[in-house]
Amino acid sequence: MTIQELIDSNMFQVVNVGEETERAITTPFCCDLLSIAMGRAPAGCAWVTVMGNMNTLAVATLAEAACIIMAEGTALDEVAMKKARDQEITVLATELPVFDAALKVYQGLHG
Amino acid sequence: MGNAIVLKYHVSTEDFTRAGEASSDVKGKLKQMGVSPAAVRKVAIAMYEGEINMVIHARGGEITVEITPEQIKMVLADVGPGIPDIDKAMQAGWSTAPDEVRNLGFGAGMGLPNMKKYTDHMEIETELGVGTTITMLVNL
Repeated sequence: MTIQELIDSNMFQVVNVGEETERAITTPFCCDLLSIAMGRAPAGCAWVTVMGNMNTLAVATLAEAACIIMAEGTALDEVAMKKARDQEITVLATELPVFDAALKVYQGLHG
Repeated sequence: MGNAIVLKYHVSTEDFTRAGEASSDVKGKLKQMGVSPAAVRKVAIAMYEGEINMVIHARGGEITVEITPEQIKMVLADVGPGIPDIDKAMQAGWSTAPDEVRNLGFGAGMGLPNMKKYTDHMEIETELGVGTTITMLVNL
């Protein structure tokens, strides 16, 4: 499943559409501690988190996450929103808990 | 090192809104140079962790990146308080980060362990009250 296909699935609200939306999503990944995400987020992951500050965006870029999914009804703060637009990072959002959001991505990937 | 490309960055004091800018810039430049994606990712992760550490613990500092065909060398120098116990600081989960930093999602005690994990060589020189210099190498 590509980022674009995840967007088109309407599973999540679309906060920002970034670049390279034809890139394949490799796996869902759940973590809110940025240093752990930095070290362990697999490249191409759909990163599910409740941490919506601008450092989340920096980690997503550096660890090469495919997109960020803000779970539990959380949102990016204003600075993070600007960074998402400037750096063209795809950000989605949902009211679902972290596990359920990740499960949806997993089911999308594995049928 | 005669034909090394050298990049220099100043890391601002406790400025979390700019933390990661140097790492992002290096990442972009390495990509443009055609460095392998695996090496770019290693450098980006190790340098970002170092950059964040400088902001959290050392009131900023200076980063020098030297790029040669064989390796990428990152030197992160600060004039912060120094690391009292390097063995403890290297343990995954050990952190002295303050609460306001933890609230931003940092302080998991993974900074130095991640830096070691994602580089081929890491050296720490530190002196209490004087500062810390960390040198990291990623082979190409």
